[in-house]
Order: sequence, then C-alpha cells, then structure tokens
Amino acid sequence: MNRVLFLGATSSIARALAFCFARDGARLYLAARDVGEAARIAADLSVRAGAYVCSGAFEATDYERHAELIGRAAAELGGLDGVALCFGTLGDHSHAARDADCARGLVAENFTAAVSFLTEAANYMAAQRSGFIIVLGSVAGDRGRAGNYVYGCAKGALALFAQGLRAHLARSGVYVLTVKLGLVDTRMTYGRGRSLLAMSPPTAARGIYAAWRRRAQVAYVPAFWRPVMAAVRIIPERIFKYARF
Amino acid sequence: MPPSNAGLPGAPRLPVAGWGRYPRGTAEVWRPEKLSELRAALAAAAKPVLARGLGRAYGDAALNDGGSLLDLTRLNRMLAFDPQSASLRCEAGVTFAEVLETFVPRGFFPPVTPGTKFVTLGGALAADIHGKNHHRDSSISKHVVGFDLMGPEGEIKRCSREENSDLFWATLGGMGLTGVIVELELKLKHIESAYLEYESLALPDIDRVLEIFADYDRRYEYSVAWVDCAAGTKKLGRSIAMFANFASADRLRRQITDRPLILEARRPLKIPFDLPQFALNPRTIRAFNALYYFLHRRGTRDSLVDLERFFYPLDRLGNWNRLYGRRGFAQYQCVVPLAEGRAGLIELLEELKRSGIASGLAVLKQFGPQQGMLSFPIPGYTLAMDFAVQDGLGELMERFDRVVLKYGGRVYFAKDAFARAETVCQMYPNLEQWRAIKLSADPRRIFSSRLSRRLAIDPGAGER
Repeated sequence: MNRVLFLGATSSIARALAFCFARDGARLYLAARDVGEAARIAADLSVRAGAYVCSGAFEATDYERHAELIGRAAAELGGLDGVALCFGTLGDHSHAARDADCARGLVAENFTAAVSFLTEAANYMAAQRSGFIIVLGSVAGDRGRAGNYVYGCAKGALALFAQGLRAHLARSGVYVLTVKLGLVDTRMTYGRGRSLLAMSPPTAARGIYAAWRRRAQVAYVPAFWRPVMAAVRIIPERIFKYARF
Repeated sequence: MPPSNAGLPGAPRLPVAGWGRYPRGTAEVWRPEKLSELRAALAAAAKPVLARGLGRAYGDAALNDGGSLLDLTRLNRMLAFDPQSASLRCEAGVTFAEVLETFVPRGFFPPVTPGTKFVTLGGALAADIHGKNHHRDSSISKHVVGFDLMGPEGEIKRCSREENSDLFWATLGGMGLTGVIVELELKLKHIESAYLEYESLALPDIDRVLEIFADYDRRYEYSVAWVDCAAGTKKLGRSIAMFANFASADRLRRQITDRPLILEARRPLKIPFDLPQFALNPRTIRAFNALYYFLHRRGTRDSLVDLERFFYPLDRLGNWNRLYGRRGFAQYQCVVPLAEGRAGLIELLEELKRSGIASGLAVLKQFGPQQGMLSFPIPGYTLAMDFAVQDGLGELMERFDRVVLKYGGRVYFAKDAFARAETVCQMYPNLEQWRAIKLSADPRRIFSSRLSRRLAIDPGAGER
C-alpha cells in the first residue's frame, strides 16, 4: 500500500493522478491552497475509489511550513511513501516579461517553492531509505521561448533540480520521476485557443501513472513530445530566437 | 491574498450546438473547476447566462447566442454515498457514465437513465429525463432527494420536497432557467447483476403494439418499441418491442459469470467524418428498417443482455450524430395522452407517410404517472423520430404539433428545435404558474436560453 502526499491537489491533473493511486488502494493526503476544494476532491476520491483520503492547507511559498506539512501528512497516513508535486502556475507571461515583481513571483511559485519542499521531502525519504517523488514539469522547460520563458525557465530549472535530486537519492533507494507534460486541457490552458494536441487530464494522469509504475526516470506525457522536443532543441539558436511561439 | 476567483480563466467565444448539430450558435463559454470559480463566472459572464452539461439535448436547449454558457462538466465531484439508503450526493457535472463506472460493480444503478450515458446529472434534472422504466418508476425527479440551486447573485438555495418546494418542482424539468443546479442528492437502485433478462417481439401493427405494452409493462421494468416508420399503410406502426428486467445474480452465476456485476470495458468506435447527405435517404432508410425488422422477426425470449447493450446501444458509436450529415439532425419527441393515444399515433404516422420524409429511427413507449411543472411526460404514449435536417422538415413538425395539440399532448423541450411559442404554451398548462416562480427566483431574468426565448417560456428574458 502506498501513502502519498499530493501538493497542489486541486489541479485537474493532480486530481486525476490521485484517482489512479486511490483506485489501486493508496492512502492519500491532498494539500492545496483552497482547503474547501481539497476536501471536496478528497470526498470524491473516497466515494469513487473507496480509498482513505484526507486533506489540508498548503501554501507553496510559505517555506517555513513545508517540513511541518510532511510531518502532518505522515502522521495522518501512518507514514509516507511518496510525494507528488503538482503545484504550479502559468501566470500572465506578457505581464511577467515586463514586470520584475511578477516574474519573480512566477519563479517563486513554480521553482523556489518546489526546491524548498523537495529538499524537505528528500530529507524525509533519505532518512527512511525508501520512497518516491513525482515532479510535474513541462515541455515548456526544454527550451526558452519568447512566448513563455519565465514559466518555462522555472519548469526547466525544476527539471534540472529533480535530475540532481535523483542522483543525490539514488543510493538511498528513493525514486524520482520527472514528468514533462505536453499541452493538457486544464484551467491553466483553457481559453488560450484550442489545440488538437491537448489531452484530457485523465489521459495525462494515466500516462504519468504508467510512467511511475514502470519506474521511468524522465517521462514525456504523451510520449510523442520526446522526439518533438528533441527536434526543437537542435534548431540553431540564431534561427530559433525569431520563432513566433 | 489573491481574490477568490484567482485562476479563473476568461471565457472564449466558441461555436456551440446541441447533439443534433442543428441549430448552431456561438456563446461565451466559461468552464469553472471550483465552486468559487462558478460563483465568479456567474458574476462575470455576459447575460443572459445558462448552465450547460455535455450538450446532449438535441436542439437549442443549451445554446445561448449573445449570452454565455457555464460548462459544468468539471464540477463533477461525488461527495457522499450511503449504501444503506443508496443515496448519492454529488455535483451536477457528474455523468451517468461515471455513476455506472463507480456504482455498477457495487450493485447500484441510476433509478432512471436516458438512452445515452453521456449526460450529466445536472442536465438530467433540468430536463427531468425519463427512461425505459417510466411506466413503472416515473422520471428522474421522483428519485431526487434534493439539490442546491445557485441563484442569480451566486447565493445557494437548498431545494427539496419540504424546503423551497416550489423552486424544487419548477427546477426539475425547468431547463436550467431557474438557476444553476450545483449539487444534488439522488437515490440509486439496487441491482444484482449488470445484465438484463430480455424479451423481444415482432409486432405487425400499432394495435398489437399498444396491446402488448398494456400487458407486458406490468411484468417488465423496462420497455420500448422500435417502430418501422417506413412500413406500408397496412403495417402502420409495425414494431419490434423490447422488454427487460435486471437479472438475478444467481442466474448470472449459473449461466455466464461468477462476477455478475462486472462488465468488460469496450472502446467506442469513432465516426471520423460526416456521412454525405445522400447516404441516409428515404430509400436506404426504408431498406434498413425492413432489414432490421426482418432480422428481428422471430423475437427473442428470455435471453441475457448486458446493460450497456440494452440501455446505451448507440454509445458504442462515439459520435453517431455525424451519420446524419453536415446539416445535422433533429428529433421530434411528443407524448399523446393514453385515452386517445392510438388515434393520435396513427395520425402522426400518417402525416409522416404523406410528407415523403423518412425517419431514420423511431421509438415508442408508454409513460406512467408523472409529477412536475414543466416535466415532459404525461400518462400516454411517447413517440420519438429522428430526421436528417432537410427542406420541408419544419413544416412536417408543425403538422405534427397540430396533431399532438389536438389530442392534448406535448413536445419535449430537450429534443425540440422547431416548435412555436403559441403551440407550446397550450401544451404546458402549468407554464403560467411556473413563470411566477421563475420570476421570484430570478427577478432580473438573467437565466435564459435560445430555446426559452424561441418558445417564450420566460417572456422578457434576455431583452435588456
């Protein structure tokens, strides 16, 4: 049985991923800024999957309380086998590109907060010499683009951090999965033009869960983004910088 | 602190249509994922506004040109289930498909289900949907314990038979015009297996069909007849009648499986393109109907069929609405009271024959008792006929309406795309009473739809 802490649990991808775990009998702690919504999702998972699911408050940039949250979740669940880091915000790029405050805020919410939390989580997992960490990243982190480089750099840095963490924890028996998500039809992307490439949150979650089950290290979801991003990465910078996306 | 609606994305203008893809329109579509976002969206949305589920109403019931729609499909959390009372509390965006997936393996089934599982419960309440068991279990409203209705200012009113009972009865069947159903409590029914004991009979004419309904409906929970509308005058109303009861677990264990509540998941087939207009023409339709009747002419007795096949045969074809071509299709569903039902049905089928227009699919069923102000069913016979949208269809439906009106019947809002205001107000005698309740619940008349404006269900709405 897995006992898993979800951060940013009210995102539709987190909710769908939590369902995958719950259906297989995991016990879950859903942490989110909006406690009322987290409680509704917890109720939903309990009804649908008959799983033990509890919920509590979590503010990504409230760094001092990260360690405490891990303790709380472990106490509620009777131990902790894994964490799924699902918080993040796309923000308003055109604003962030001009406003230093806004840019800093985006990096804090998508990256600094994750670094803080993952460091605490890694300490906990390393001490018990087992466990797993799932980090939701984005294909936007694979290359800086004019259209969203603030969010993109935070996600890219997060992937780099997760890579290092994976190496740091390798000998402690702790497994780190980096997920690079393509376009998902969520609140984050709604209304920004419809795309044939967008997948539903449950589809994304099934991809993530499958990657976790086969113990993948870095998983693109869906998989076709791996060759796509490989191609995108090799475009020479002097050409790529003029690309309009 | 960020405001409570932080993260609520703006609303794109999108093309919108019902399941029949006729008529088509555009609207600002909001898709809240949290309760607080729903409230924020309702406040920010262009008025008039209307809640929308999966858009399975055929015509313009969930269209709102010039206004906005609240897509509630992401507000689909199940909140509590009590196996003792079989009572499920959930948000309005939960679909029948989700209810089946979650509860069939535990031995529960929706008390009433439409012919597709891709309908939200909120939409089901708004249309007060009926199923093949109406003669016995009435419509879904009978099984609703209560619901929370969001009013025009975002305030929530709890509605049940005891609390705000006027609003309760005005909302069930009220087509979303009294507010937004946010949460609801519904009593499911117990089942022992996911299979039904099934019997079908080939019946040569309408008299035989009505006779059989009167007899078999006493023995069977579920009944419906497929009508061959293309048959000749002497065989008017010839049908394949189908009857079923849920099978016992014992029978399943003896004959099929020792896990009677489990069904294999099947992948729906997708229709990748619109069929050309000429594919479904009177000749091919007649040939298809004759073939179908021929294949089922012997009937079946006492066979077992799984519930997906029995209740949702068309769901296997993901988007079968494309079969009717690019112009879309429409369904005419009416009910004529029992007393003169036979004469009414015959007149309708004769009108159809005279018109030269062919119906691709027609079904007939007997309704039982019904409560509700704007609910469609009344004790009598309901006939539903599908048509590709084509020249002359509007006129045909007008002639149908005259017949239905003459016999004291009515048409179903959830299917309608053609009826006229003058006709509909005669078909629904409780409309005046309903309007008074609507007005007190929504004095500024911000809840309105293309259907409600076309049929003047809520006069004055959206005209500011």
